Amino acid sequence: MFRRLLEDAGQRVRVTIDGRPATARAGDSVAAAMLACGLPYCRTTPLSGQKRAPYCMMGVCFECLVTIDGVDNRQGCLIEVSEGMRIDTQLGRRAVE
Amino acid sequence: MQRDYDVAVVGGGLVGAALAWGLAREGQRVTVLDEGDMARRASRANFALVWVQSKGLGLAQYMGWTVRSSDAWRQLADDLRAQTGLDVCFARPGGFHLALGEAELAARAQRLKRLHNQPGAADTGAEVLDRTAVERLLPGIGPEVAGGSFCPLDGHVNSLRTLRAFHKGLYLLGTDYRPAHTVRTVVPAQDGFRLLTSRGEVGAKKVVLAAGNANMRLAPLVGLKSPMQPNRGQILVTERAAPFLPYPLVTIRQTDEGTVMIGDSREETTDETRLDLSIAAVEADRARRMFPALGKLNVIRTWSGIRVMTQDGFPIYDQSETYPGAFVVGCHSGVTLAANHALVLAPMIARGRLNADLVGAFSARRFDVQKVA
Repeated sequence: MFRRLLEDAGQRVRVTIDGRPATARAGDSVAAAMLACGLPYCRTTPLSGQKRAPYCMMGVCFECLVTIDGVDNRQGCLIEVSEGMRIDTQLGRRAVE
Repeated sequence: MQRDYDVAVVGGGLVGAALAWGLAREGQRVTVLDEGDMARRASRANFALVWVQSKGLGLAQYMGWTVRSSDAWRQLADDLRAQTGLDVCFARPGGFHLALGEAELAARAQRLKRLHNQPGAADTGAEVLDRTAVERLLPGIGPEVAGGSFCPLDGHVNSLRTLRAFHKGLYLLGTDYRPAHTVRTVVPAQDGFRLLTSRGEVGAKKVVLAAGNANMRLAPLVGLKSPMQPNRGQILVTERAAPFLPYPLVTIRQTDEGTVMIGDSREETTDETRLDLSIAAVEADRARRMFPALGKLNVIRTWSGIRVMTQDGFPIYDQSETYPGAFVVGCHSGVTLAANHALVLAPMIARGRLNADLVGAFSARRFDVQKVA
């Protein structure tokens, strides 16, 4: 769906998305990395369970909420990937533990 | 004069809408005169508890009245759903008031004792529980929680959807709802009243003042009084979370849609546009000490609202002696008492007379200075 303008730009960063190894580029936001990897959606909504994907990419729409390193409801578009980061699609409401 | 309606209800919030809905179900021709979006609307800014356990210290009849409404709420919720298809999510699992430390627990126990020692006190089933007993029902409490009080008659509801359900019900009943009709004055006339609004004049045989704190201004126009003393409350709202809190607390509750509301401040100011973060911080800190897991949730909104509050905190229900078709209905607890307003008080107003046995204690005559014989 999306392709990078410069395929080779940026250092490679290894992350996992839903437990599977994936490669991102240094400087990618989590949301950009997920889109570049071809993920069709990043979360389901807390009430109706609709699938949602990143939309505004600038921190205002909250569509890109994901679980990062075990913390739910993070805004994927505002957080840069880092080596070894665990990214998970978020299904429904976050847990209170 | 115009007599377009049997009743004009002034105010379209939870109190006015509940009364208008109850009146329309009695077959009355009703108009509701409401303000617009710039009005201070407690029905859109409240904590949505159906709450019994702390109420009535100083007026025991208020306990019984509150218990009656809590008991009638299931019926109200069922009636609204049958008519409108809207589920207002009423639930009555019982509710808690938690104490941080032994001193708070002792004060809580003392207050409940005074409440229930009053002559005519209603049995609410409220009891004081120690930490172990609380923990059995609320496993996530923090180490500072010394115990609390539990009342099986406490519950909560989706209050915004309740307001919507009343208004949808009013529409289905053919009631004439008029937003942006600020009532400037009420003129008693032969066989009724003329209400002069910002958008013209309306005539009705009866008038019910349900305008919240504005009852203070309107009541004297028809020979009534309604001394008010509004105050402000601030609320914090978290992101939606999976259900973790099975019972509402007086200061914390998880809504049917998953957000957690934290609040219950009481401030003298009536400026609703400014937030006081030092107060919000205290609310958040106390909530986190009651349930440590809350500390990980993000707060996504914080807002303030102006409470409708009579001068002594108890409801005011009155009928004018000078103009018997005029009624005033005002109270703080528009959510808790919605069932009584719709199912008990509205039929009385439809018949033209308040039943003194049931609501005589709530007359504003209690504010009169005692006359020396």
